[in-house]
Order: sequence, then C-alpha cells, then structure tokens
Amino acid sequence: METVVSIKPLLAVLVSLLVTPILASSRAPNVREMWTFVAAGVKFLLVLSMLPVILNGTQIVYTVAEVIPGAAIKFKVDSFGMLFALVSSSLWIVTSVYSIGYMRGLKEHSQTRYFCFFAFALSATIGVAFAGNLLTMYLFYEMLSLATYPLVTHHQDHEARSSGRKYLLYIVGTSIGLVLPAMLICYDLAGTLEFGTQGFLAGTGASKSLMAVLLVLLIFGFAKAAIMPFHSWLPAAMVAPTPVSALLHAVAVVKVGVFSVVRVITEVFGTDLLFSLNFSPIILFFASATILVGSLIALSQDNLKRLLAFSTIAQLSYIVLGVGLLSPLGMTGGMLHIAMHAFGKITLFFCAGAIFVATGKKNISEMIGIGRRMPVTMGAFFIASLSITGVPPGGGFISKWYLVLGALQAHQVAVLVVLLVSSFLNACYFLPIVYKAFFCPPKEVMFKGGFQEAPLFCVVPLVITAVISIILLLFPQPFLQLATMTVQGLM
Amino acid sequence: MTDFAQLVVAKYNYWIYITLMMIGLYAIISKNNLVKKILGMNIFQTAIILFYVSIGAKKGATIPILEHGHGPAHGAGSHVVHAADYMNPLPHVLMLTAIVVGVATLGVALALALKVYRHYHTLEEDEILAQIRKK
Amino acid sequence: MSTQYPALVVVVPLLSAFLISAAGWANKRLCFPIAVVALAISTYSCFGLLVRVLNEGVVVYRWAGWDPPWGIAYYVDHLNALVLTVVAVVSLINLVATKKSIDEEFPDKLGPFYSLYVLMVTGCLGIVATGDAFNLYVLLEISALTGYGLLAMGSKGRAPLSTLNYLYMGTIGACFYLLGIGYLYIVTGSLNMVDIAGILPSLYQSKAVMAAFIICMVGVWLKMALFPLHAWLPNAYTYAPSAASSLIAPLATKVMIYVMIRLILTVFTPEFAFTTLSVSNAVVWLAVIAIVVGAVLALQERSLKKMLTYVIVAEVGYMVGGAWLGNSAGMTGAILHIVNDALMTLCVFLAVGNIVYKAKGHCFEDLQGLFRKMPFTMGGFVIGALSIIGVPPTCGFFSKWYLISGAIKAGQYHFMAALLFSSLVCVVLFFRIIEIGYYEPFSEEHGHGHGHHQEPSMEEAPLSMVVPLLIVAAGLVVVGLYTGDIVEHIIRFAIPKGLA
Repeated sequence: METVVSIKPLLAVLVSLLVTPILASSRAPNVREMWTFVAAGVKFLLVLSMLPVILNGTQIVYTVAEVIPGAAIKFKVDSFGMLFALVSSSLWIVTSVYSIGYMRGLKEHSQTRYFCFFAFALSATIGVAFAGNLLTMYLFYEMLSLATYPLVTHHQDHEARSSGRKYLLYIVGTSIGLVLPAMLICYDLAGTLEFGTQGFLAGTGASKSLMAVLLVLLIFGFAKAAIMPFHSWLPAAMVAPTPVSALLHAVAVVKVGVFSVVRVITEVFGTDLLFSLNFSPIILFFASATILVGSLIALSQDNLKRLLAFSTIAQLSYIVLGVGLLSPLGMTGGMLHIAMHAFGKITLFFCAGAIFVATGKKNISEMIGIGRRMPVTMGAFFIASLSITGVPPGGGFISKWYLVLGALQAHQVAVLVVLLVSSFLNACYFLPIVYKAFFCPPKEVMFKGGFQEAPLFCVVPLVITAVISIILLLFPQPFLQLATMTVQGLM
Repeated sequence: MTDFAQLVVAKYNYWIYITLMMIGLYAIISKNNLVKKILGMNIFQTAIILFYVSIGAKKGATIPILEHGHGPAHGAGSHVVHAADYMNPLPHVLMLTAIVVGVATLGVALALALKVYRHYHTLEEDEILAQIRKK
Repeated sequence: MSTQYPALVVVVPLLSAFLISAAGWANKRLCFPIAVVALAISTYSCFGLLVRVLNEGVVVYRWAGWDPPWGIAYYVDHLNALVLTVVAVVSLINLVATKKSIDEEFPDKLGPFYSLYVLMVTGCLGIVATGDAFNLYVLLEISALTGYGLLAMGSKGRAPLSTLNYLYMGTIGACFYLLGIGYLYIVTGSLNMVDIAGILPSLYQSKAVMAAFIICMVGVWLKMALFPLHAWLPNAYTYAPSAASSLIAPLATKVMIYVMIRLILTVFTPEFAFTTLSVSNAVVWLAVIAIVVGAVLALQERSLKKMLTYVIVAEVGYMVGGAWLGNSAGMTGAILHIVNDALMTLCVFLAVGNIVYKAKGHCFEDLQGLFRKMPFTMGGFVIGALSIIGVPPTCGFFSKWYLISGAIKAGQYHFMAALLFSSLVCVVLFFRIIEIGYYEPFSEEHGHGHGHHQEPSMEEAPLSMVVPLLIVAAGLVVVGLYTGDIVEHIIRFAIPKGLA
C-alpha cells in the first residue's frame, strides 16, 4: 500500500475550526451564513480532491505530533475514511441550507453559537474519518461529544438540560470508562495503536478472554453507535433542533460511532483474528438484538422524531451486523449502508423538520392528510423510507442486497432471518405514515387549505437528498468502489 | 526486661525527644485554646532541636569553640586541633537555623491568632467553630 | 552569566523582596513592576538553565565556591530544570493576572503582599533547585511561612483560622522532614543529597535508614496533603484571597511531590524505595483512597473553589500513586503530571479568580448564566476542566495515559480503576458547573427560548486577567501536543536506568 504525505487531511479538519469569521459576523446573519458555506464548500472540495488519489489505491498520511511513542496524532486517509468523509462533508452543505430555513423560520435564539459548534462538530467528524490510529480517533471522538453538547441542548430548557445530561452520561461515560482502559491495555499489549490492514492486536498473543473483554469494551465503549443497551441517549437527543438531529444524529455523530466500531473490528482486531477466535457470533448477537428491538420500539412511537431515532438505532446495527459477518459481501454491504442510510435518513429528518416548521406538528397522529398540503415533502419522505426499508428505487436496496448475500456467504441463516424480519418491520412503521398522509378520507384530513409547503430553504435540501438516494441506486459510485476497495484491502 | 531498661538508658536522648514530641502533638490536637496549641507546636519543634543537639554530644568533649590567643605568635597553625576533644559543631549550627525558623513560625502563628481573636473575640476553638456554624 | 543561572534563579527574587518592602513605604506603585522584573529574570534564568542542562547534563553550582559536603550545592538535573521552569512560569503568569484583584482586595497592603509573594516563589524555586537536604528544609520553611502570610490575608475571619490549622500541620510536616534528615546525618555524616546517596547503599539494611525514609516521607506527605493528612488543604485554600490561592494551589503541593520524587530517585535510590522497603503496594493503595476520597468529597461541595481544592487532593493521589508504582511509565506519568497539574490548576484557579472579581462569590449560585456574561473566562475554565478530566489533546490526558500505562504494567489495576473513576467524577463535577453557567436562570419560563428574552450583556473581567488565563489555556493544549518532546528529551533522562 503506497502512502503519500500531504497536509490535506489536517487542512480538511481545520477548515471549520477557523470559525472566527462566523463569530465576528454575528450581527450580520447573511455574512455569517456565508462563512459557513465557505467552510463547508472548502472542506468538501478538499475531501474531493483527495478522492482520485485514494481511488488509485494510495493512502495519504500526515503526522501532527508524536505525542506518545507508537501512538502519534496522525491522519491516514484510506478508502473507508474517504467514504465517510465524502458523506459527511457533502451533507454538511445541504444541512447548512436547511439550517438557514429552519432556524430563521422558527426565529431561534443563539444562531451564532449554533453555526459555530456545528462547524466544530464537522471538524471532529472529518477528524475521526481521517484518523490514522486509535488515539487520534479517540481524540476526535471526544471532541465531537463536546462540540455537539451545545447543539443538543440548544433550547436550554428543562428537557434540554436532562437530555444533555443523558447524552453526556452515555457518551462521555462510556468513552472514558470503557474505551480509555481498553485502548491503554491494547497499547500495553501491542506497543502501538496504528491502524493497519491486519489489526494491530494480531500477533500479540493475548489470551482469548482478554481479547473478548477488549472487544466488548471497545464495541460498547463507542456508544455513539447506539448498540443496545447504550442507545438511550439517541431518542433523548431528539430535543435538539431538527437540523442537528438530521446531520448529527443521522449522519455525523452516529456514523462516527459505527465508523469507530468498524475500525475496531477491522483494524484493531482484524478479520483474521476475529475469525480465528470465533468472535463473530458475539458481534452478530448484539447487533441483531439491537436491530430487532429497535425496530419493534419504533413501531410503537407516535412522535415522528423518536420513531426516526429508533429506526436509526436499528439501521446502525445493520452496519455493525454487516461487518460482523466477516464475509466480503457482508462487509461491503455494511460499509455501503453508511452512505445509503445517511442520505435516506437525513431526508426523513428534513421532512420531519419541514413539517414542524410549516404546521408545528410533531406527532404522527396529527399528520393525517398532510400529503395534500405538503406533497413534495411527503413525496421525498416516501422515497427515503423506501431506501431505508431496502426497496427500489431507494439506494438502500443495494446495501441490503449485499447484506443478504453476505449473510448467505457467511452461512448465517439466523442473520438472514433478522434482515428479512426487520425489513418487514421497517415497512410496517414507515408505510402507514405515508399512506395516511396521502390517502385518507376527506373528513379525517386535519389540514385546511391546499398546497402550502415549508419554506424553500427547507424543501430544496430534502428534495436534493431524496433524489440523490434514487441516483445512488442506479450509480452507487464512488461509495461502492470505496467500500469494495476497503474490503479487498482487508481480506 | 533488663535489655529494655538498657535500651532506655543508653538512648535516653531519643526517649526524651519522643516524649516531648508526643506532648507537643497532644497539645496541638486536644487543647482548645489557640495559644496552647501554638505552644504545643513550639514544644514539638523544640523536641527536634534538642534531638539534633544531643546527637552531637560526646563523652568528655567540650564545647566546640577554639580558644585563640591574640597576635601572630598564636596563629592558627600553632595549635593542633584534635577534633575528638570537641563536640560536633555542625548540629549546633543547623539548629541555630532551626531555632530561628521556630521563632518565625511562632511569630506568624501568634499574629494569626491575634487576627482570629480580633474577628471572633475569643481564643477558644470550640466557641469559634460555634460562631462559624451560626453564620 | 550563564554559569550564574542557578544563583540568579533564587537570589534575584530574594533581594527584590527587600526592595519591594522598601518601595511599599515609598511609592506603592513601584511594588508590582519590581516583582515582575524579578520574576521575569528568574524565569529567564530557569529557561537558560533548562537549555544548559539539555546541552551539558547535570549542572552543579557551588555557593561561594565551597565544595560539598561542607558547602551548599545546587544540583540541577533534568528533573529539577523542568520543575523550576514550570514554577517560574506559573508564578510569573499568576503575578500578572492577579494584579487587578490584588489592587482591589488590599490596596493598602501592596508592599507586604508582593514581598511575601516573591519570597514564596523564592522558597519554591530554592526547594526545587537545591542539592542540600538541610537547605531544602530552610527553603521549605521560607515558602511555608510566606505562604501562611499570603493565605491569611483574606478579608473574612475564616482565613486566619484555616491558615492557623494549615500552620500546625505544615510545621509538623517540616519537623518530620527535619527529623528524617537528622537520622540520615547521624548515619552518613553528610547533608548533601548526592553525597548521602553515595554513602547509603552499604547501609540499606540499617533500621535508622528505613526510619529516616519513612519519617521524611510522612513529613513530605503532610505538606502535600496526601490522604489522610489532607484536612488542612480545602479550608486553607478556599478562604484565601484569589491571588494567593492561585499562586499556592498550583505550586505548593507539586513542589512537595518533586521533593518526594527527589528523595526516591536520588537520595534513596529506587532500589531501596521499591525493593528493600516493601511498602509500595500500601502506598499505592493509599493513593487510590486519596483519589477516591478527593473525588467523592468534591461532589458534595457547593462552592466552586472548595470543589477545586478537593480535586487537588485527588491529583496529589495521582502523582503519589504514579511515583510509587515502581516502573518508568508510572514515574514518567508522575513527573509529567507535576508539569501538567501545575498548569491546569493555575488555569482553573485563575478562572475562579476572574469569577470572584466580577461576581463577588464562588458558590454555585453565583455562577448562573456565566457563559453569556464572561465567555472568555468560562472558555478558559472549560479547557482547564477538560484537562483535569483528561480529554485529548490537552496535557491532562497524556499524563493520565502514562499513569494508567504504568498501572497496567505494574498490575495495579485498582490504581487504574481509581484514575478512571476520578475522571468520570470530574466529568460530573465540571459539567455541573458548565450546566449552571450555561442555563440562565430565566430559562425555566421560556420553554423554547424564542429569543425574546433579555440577553444579559457581557461583563467580562478586565483584559489583564483574561489574557493570561487564555494563554495558560492555550498552553495546556500546546504542552499536550508537545508531550512527546518533553518525555523524550527531558523526562526520560530524569528517570534512572534501574527503573523498569
């Protein structure tokens, strides 16, 4: 694997840290928003500029500081990191457009602080994507937790306070209490924390039970992946403004969690080591349990955002499930699902927010007949829910397809059953919403008046992401290529 | 038993200083009056000073001061100094420093006690604590 | 000039103390500049000394040219050079940052305050630089007495009382240390540390040497507030004036930790401390209890300043445990933590000083809505808090890394558990403060905060108080990123080869 040294990864991370212009322009909202777009645009372009190099098979590295022998603060851009970085940086641009519509539509307070910490959060996300070893990943993981706290608790009321506490408890508590000791024990065993193509724990000769403990500590320690039982922070975090929920809890924060878990599986332990220790069932068990329980709870939810939160919890575990199968097709499917789910879920959250801005409604029971009033929004909702369920024309069909094939390849019939049952459950909780929105008897319609969509700034982004979901079905590049490259490199 | 008695007699300076230290410590801990506590602390310090001086003592030795005559005929080279005849001066010198430190500490402590008195109008610790709790 | 650095470090502040006293009578406004110049020269000399040590190795300075063991020698190796630099920098930054607060709290006592300040720094610098055991005692008492004076200058009545309690404990501690070196003098006939270290190995089995070690240790533990000898610290630091507490809190305990490490590494070699005497396990357990007790007691406090003093008690446990783990990772962690803890304690105490200056109180009720009123101070405080919690890339994370690494290598998992426990407790402690500062009091009525409430205007502390705080906060991150260099070039040489 050739490597090239370039400062681009560091620049990509730092771009949005330079938020002084944002702070300074707090009196001029349009100028302030322009700075956000500048940062988002530059970041996306930097990430994109590294894409051709990565697709060629080279990796980009950059060491910031050799803080500890064997564990420097170091960036390494490889195909998997590039996949995640592309998803999050491109979606930031879209979310910024949406944020403008949402925040101004509701006349929210402290918008400067909001945009500032949003930028920090994206910085940290790209940092995780490009992390070259476990220490750097941990550093940016923590930074993300801290950067998103003011965003989650934006409304600064009672609910925000208690949700904020839950958020911190679950996320910081697990990262300090579980990941940190595990990371140090790994360092003690291996003398290094570098991500390589075969996990750095391979060849350390540690006992099976110690390896099992480390695996459990690391998988649950990265609680942003919302694997049960450390999932409760996610529904609680829905008190945040919807753009926060959309980007962070459908794309950035939770994807950072599963990204970290995937890195643990593939580059801390390595597929060979896990195969030989036969740990795959452990991962599969926890992931499957989360999928099924999450989907079941989602069925019972009335609040749209909470339903989406539980759906996210379940979908995240698809990714862990895919990678936990340890078969090439399964891993490809899991990694691809990061992208597919991101575009689909963000559309759904955008729709939920658009409905709130336009009508003030949060609960599904109050949204009967809303399709007549907001057909564009609900249309996008429909497409996105198809993608999440895994039905064409949504892009999620491809990732689900790979997951099914992967389960067959790994001879895990139970997993296949889980996949099919959960897809059915997905349909069960999404389709009724759409059905009731469009097709219902006139007397049950709760909305007077005809066509009255949410503001343009809200509607355009969700249409864009819905369309991208469809395009991804037909043309899943470069995500599929990046995922395949990664898996090839690992096997 | 005779062993123990021998031990006590042979190392009597150690036992004395330990006893003094314990008296001082007792005063600091259990006395109520601030001045008594401060005195206890002083006793504690004095015990250590006595200990140091005592270790420099030797049987049949005299105080460590050289007697010089005056004038060039009685230069330093005219006497041969037998170090064994004199007590070790170094602990004495070190303890001069320690005594000064002790005095300074005593001064600071008394100044603080005075400040406490000005504020609480009593030097008894239980009364002071009662006043604090009432606030 | 550079040969005189060790002397300059201590002599310049010492002489300037007299100058300041005189200036205090003549013209009060001269006191501050003299102090700044003196500490600046001292800091410069410390840096110069550090560079010299990095280039040449150990620097020995013989006062008045007398050779040890008759003369007093300053013995500066990598360990002291590092700690000297930290002490000098901390005291200088603190001096500049607290000028306004000193002017406000005791405008008529500027002369005495500044001369005591400078003398205290002299004492601390001397303790770190000296190579003579008795000289250390003298400087110990200098820093202690001046410290008592500084701490007791608080306006409330509780300050002199708490300081008096500190005085008893501190004096007993210093006396124990004196007793310990008395025993050492009896068996070796020398007071010079390196000399004693040369004579001792043949005497390791002697009970007097063991007694000396234990007595010295107990004295030093008393002065650094290791549990259960910590009771004096919270009250003494809480009721003191901000300028005094932000000087003494970062320095006093860390300097004593340096003394402990010096005793372990140089005077009694690690071989004696860890193998001949088999108390290391007990001491690590003591450190574990100190950490847990400090963390738990901090949770119960409703005053920010007092909470931070309990955090100091826990931090002392980190360093003592790390040093007594008996391996190089643990010792590296302890030495690194001296540097890091001094900086992060300075950071949070400066922030508290700013808060007290503006909000006139340090209880939780005074902290409401502070993020709006004092965003820069709170920003600095948050970075200090993150360092105490141990979040990378601040320096606190890296010293915790080494400490936990050392614990794993030594198999002392209870120490690792205590470190993780206290990190989690610190998360709770500091986020409680952050919550109080973040959620304004009026947020209860407005469910959604639609921006039609009065946003309180910014009432930040003056620039001379905020800028040093931000410099220290930035320093925490910079020192964190440079950890590799510090460990590789300095600390590695401070640890003797014998340590695993």
